[in-house]
Amino acid sequence: MALLFCLCGPALAQTPDVSQSPPGASACLGCHGATETELPSLKNLSALEIETAMDAFRTGAREATLMNRIAKGFTADEMLAIAQWLATQGRSK
Amino acid sequence: MSLTRRTLLASSAAALAAPALAQTQGKVVVIGGGFGGASAARFLHRMGLEVTLIEPNAQYISCPFSNAVIAGLRDLSQQTFTYAALERQGIRLVRQMASKIDNSVRRVTLADGVMISYDRLVLAPGIDINFEALTGYDEAASNLMPHAWKVGAQTLLLRQQLEAMDDGGTVIISAPANPFRCPPGPYERASLIAWYLKNHKPKSKLLILDAKDAFSKQSLFIAAWKEIYGDRVEWIGLSGGGKVTEVKAKEKIFVTEFGEHKADVGNVIPPQRAGKIAISSGIADQTGWCPIDPVTFEAKLAPNIHVIGDACVGGGMPKSAFSANAQAKACAQAVAALLRGENPAEPKLVNTCYSLVKPDYGISVAGVYAPARGLLADVQGAGGVSAANAPASVRAAEAQYAEGWYKTITQEVFG
Repeated sequence: MALLFCLCGPALAQTPDVSQSPPGASACLGCHGATETELPSLKNLSALEIETAMDAFRTGAREATLMNRIAKGFTADEMLAIAQWLATQGRSK
Repeated sequence: MSLTRRTLLASSAAALAAPALAQTQGKVVVIGGGFGGASAARFLHRMGLEVTLIEPNAQYISCPFSNAVIAGLRDLSQQTFTYAALERQGIRLVRQMASKIDNSVRRVTLADGVMISYDRLVLAPGIDINFEALTGYDEAASNLMPHAWKVGAQTLLLRQQLEAMDDGGTVIISAPANPFRCPPGPYERASLIAWYLKNHKPKSKLLILDAKDAFSKQSLFIAAWKEIYGDRVEWIGLSGGGKVTEVKAKEKIFVTEFGEHKADVGNVIPPQRAGKIAISSGIADQTGWCPIDPVTFEAKLAPNIHVIGDACVGGGMPKSAFSANAQAKACAQAVAALLRGENPAEPKLVNTCYSLVKPDYGISVAGVYAPARGLLADVQGAGGVSAANAPASVRAAEAQYAEGWYKTITQEVFG
């Protein structure tokens, strides 16, 4: 923990501002946080990369254990808005 | 500790002077520092609001993964978090039990008599065990037959009883009717106790007596039990006589409509209801849970009070840590909008719950939810459980993802 702090600085612990997050976006952070775990962080992905992945999960073009079940709950417009917001999260840190 | 009106005003002035806190103003009090309440406090504060979190315990012990503690696979210290990061963030932490809500004057009274006023209140009291619902099961009985459904001493008691049991013994778990905290929890617990028995007490058996005929991830659990634990695990549902109507704690007997079952270790997962303050303040209805508006999480029985997490009901979202955390963020957004005098946007919510059948075998359920007809309803076509007949590599991956989820969410809430 102390080591992480030295490497990344206090921004690591900063709570994201969800006041402008589009519907559904803030829930993503429950699994995909600022740091990598067994699950990937999204902070270095572009909006296009996130949107492309979500679309592939939704159509089944990309295999997943769980993301396909979640992606099917969002329209293309919703996914675009989510992807754009998530991409700004990485930049703001 | 004494909070006077003067100190609250002083801190309010200090908060307004800080540069990040320009747009949204208002005083929000959060009751309860679990996954829902602590999340709400952090996200509300980040939006520039003055936030007071009322939580009597200095430490939070988390329920997710506590079944692994019972099975001896994890230590309780891995489940334990503090509120230091929240205090560093600038959230005012009040280490007291909230004893009364007077919503007509928007004021919370603490156990020590101090009063704290709010513009909006976020209530996240979690569950209380309903010790009046099952004959023979009161607090004293829970020291003989633990529920371990609120984590801590009860968790360790159940673990100790399992460790003390002779090989060849019978463990019985009783599961309640819906709704209750963590719908797949009783079955994950059965699985991990069966894992412990298989490895340490192989002549022992485990019986689940259930007040339901259907449960979360049922087909996956049943298939996995057969594959991994064989005859060691038996489940009896409602129509097979599984509903427990009485317990005799001194003899560790579960009474059902069909007869009696004697346990060597008895784990009673009893009926539950919203935390006490929701009941005593009239925010819960006759079912014992708090109905909410699906857009704002505002209590249907109490304007200006928003209920999140296990205590709320209003649609398909299960009572899980993931739900509580997702609800906290959506609720924080709505509360901030309301305090700005704006109409909150309709949220969309997600739940994900992992369960372990054994340490390297994970299964999941997911759902997407949106407001519809006054409820947070399942979005059709989305969600569902892990694939049946998936290879071991997929089960192992989901067990890993469960670990990853736990690290991420606890970092977001307490880190």
